[in-house]
Amino acid sequence: MSTISKIQEEIIDEFSLFDDWMGRYEYLIELGKSLPLIDEQYKTEENIIKGCQSRVWLHAENDGQKVIYTADSDAILTKGLIALMIRVLSHHTPEEIVKADMDFVDKIGLKEHLSPTRANGLLSMIKQMKYYALAMQAK
Amino acid sequence: MVSDNALLHIEKIREDFPILHQKINGQPLVYLDNAASTQKPRLVLDAITDYYQTINSNIHRGVHLLSQKATDAYELSREKVRAHLNAEKAHEIIFTRGVTESINLVASSLGKGLIKKGDEILISALEHHSNIVPWQFLCAQSGAILKVIPMNEKGELLLEAYRSLLSDKTKFVAINHVSNALGTVNPVKEMIAQAHDVGAWVLIDGAQSVPHMPVDVQALDADFYTFSAHKIYGPTGIGALYGKEHLLELLPPYQGGGEMISTVTFEESTYAGLPHKFEAGTPNIEAGVVLGTAIDYVHALGLENIAAYEQELLRYAHQKMSAFEGMEFYGTAQHKASVISFNLKGIHPYDVGVILDKLGIAVRTGHHCAQPIMDFYNIPGTIRASFAFYNTKEEVEILLKGLAKARAMLS
Repeated sequence: MSTISKIQEEIIDEFSLFDDWMGRYEYLIELGKSLPLIDEQYKTEENIIKGCQSRVWLHAENDGQKVIYTADSDAILTKGLIALMIRVLSHHTPEEIVKADMDFVDKIGLKEHLSPTRANGLLSMIKQMKYYALAMQAK
Repeated sequence: MVSDNALLHIEKIREDFPILHQKINGQPLVYLDNAASTQKPRLVLDAITDYYQTINSNIHRGVHLLSQKATDAYELSREKVRAHLNAEKAHEIIFTRGVTESINLVASSLGKGLIKKGDEILISALEHHSNIVPWQFLCAQSGAILKVIPMNEKGELLLEAYRSLLSDKTKFVAINHVSNALGTVNPVKEMIAQAHDVGAWVLIDGAQSVPHMPVDVQALDADFYTFSAHKIYGPTGIGALYGKEHLLELLPPYQGGGEMISTVTFEESTYAGLPHKFEAGTPNIEAGVVLGTAIDYVHALGLENIAAYEQELLRYAHQKMSAFEGMEFYGTAQHKASVISFNLKGIHPYDVGVILDKLGIAVRTGHHCAQPIMDFYNIPGTIRASFAFYNTKEEVEILLKGLAKARAMLS
C-alpha cells in the first residue's frame, strides 16, 4: 500500500491531464459514480456530516491496524470529492491519517472547495475523517 | 443585444451597476440571486463615500454643523421610506438592521406583557426562518400557541383554512407579502382585513415585495410592515419597520441604551418618543442615509415599470424553462414575483449550482432559509433564479445553456 503522500502525487498526476475545469469536474463525477456503496445500515442520521448542503454519510471501521472509510452523498460532485478523500486516507493507520497534509486539493484545481464558506463542507469531511482516526488512535 | 423594454432602457441601466461588468471564472457574470441580495448602482456607491467624506458624525445630539447635517440626511431618508411605503407619519418608520431585526423587535416587545398564555399567533407555511423562529421564541416565553396557515402544491396559501384558524384567540398574524423560496405573492390585503375582523394585529414581511412592486401600507391597512435595504439596491445592515403610531406607542422598547431615552436616573428611565424609543444606540448612519438614495434610484426608474419588466422576464423565463427536459418547478402560484424555484429531474440542486457557478451564473441552491417548504415538497432543496430589472432575456438564454451543460455533465 502506497503512502498517503504517494497517493496524492498520483491524483495530482491524473488531474494534470485536464487543462480546463470541465475535464476536472467530469473526472470528479466519474470518481463519484465509482465510489463503492456504503452499507445501507450506516446511512444513519448520526453518520451525516454537518455543514454540507448535500447530505454526506461517513462510516469508519478499524481492521485492527488500519482505518477503512465508506461514504455516500446525494450530490454527485460531493460524492466525487469524498471518493478522493477516501482514496487518500482509507487503509492507513490512524497515526498516518491524523498527520496527513491534504493540500493536494489545491494542486488539482479544486481549491475553491476548501473554502469554509463552501456549502459542500469538504473541510468538514476531512475534519470528520481525522476525528474518527484520532478516536481510534486513542483506544 | 440586450433585451429592452418599452419603459426601461435596460442596457443603460446596466451601466449604472459596476459589479455586473466583470467576469466570474472567466465568463461574464450572470447574476440571478437577487432574492438573496441585489447589486448597488453607482449612485448608491457614491453616496456611501460621499457621506464619509462630507458629513460623517454622530446624529441627534451634536450641536455642531456636521452632526446637524448628518441628522438631517438621516431623517430625510426616514421621510423617503415613509413616502415609499405611503405611511402617514415619518415617526412610524423605525430604522432596524433589516427584516430579521424588525420581526425580532416586534416579537420581543409583544412578549413584554402583550401576548399571554393561550393566545394564538398565526404564521404561514411559506415563511422564511426569520418569520418563524422569533415567534417560536415568543411562544416559548409567553405560553402562546403558534399555528401555521397551510399551502397547496402550487405554493398558494389556503385561504379557507386561514379563515378557520382565525378566532378570538388569534392575537397576531405574521406572513410574508412575497415568498422568498417560491415567489408566491400572497393576498395580504384580504388576509389583513380578515385578521382585523377577529381583532388580531398583522405584520407583513416585505423583504421580497418592496423592491419589486409598489407597496401602500395604508391601503393594505398593515399594522406592521418591514423590509431590508440590501434587497432594494441599498446597503446591508439597514432596514425599516413600519408600525401604526398607536401600536408603536403601545409596544414597550426593544433594547435599552442611548438615543432611546428621555431621562435616566439610577432608579428609573423614561423613554423617548417615536421613532427613537426603538432606536437604541448609534445606528448605522451611513447605511440609513444611503437607503434614501437607493429609494430615489428605484423611484427614478418607476416601481410600476420595474414590476412590469420583471413580470415580462418572469413569463419569458418560465416559458423557456418549461420546454427544458427534466424541468421540475416548485411554486407555480397564479400571482408570482420574479422568482423561479426548480430542480432538474434526478440531479441534486447543489451539483447544478456548482456547474452554473463555473459558467459565471450566480443562482442560489439549497433550502433558502425555508426548510418547512422543502419538507412540504420532500426535497433537499431547489435551484432558485431570481430576477431584477437589470437582468435580461439574453441572460435567461445563458441560464438555459448552462442548465443544458449541467444536465449533460451530471446525468
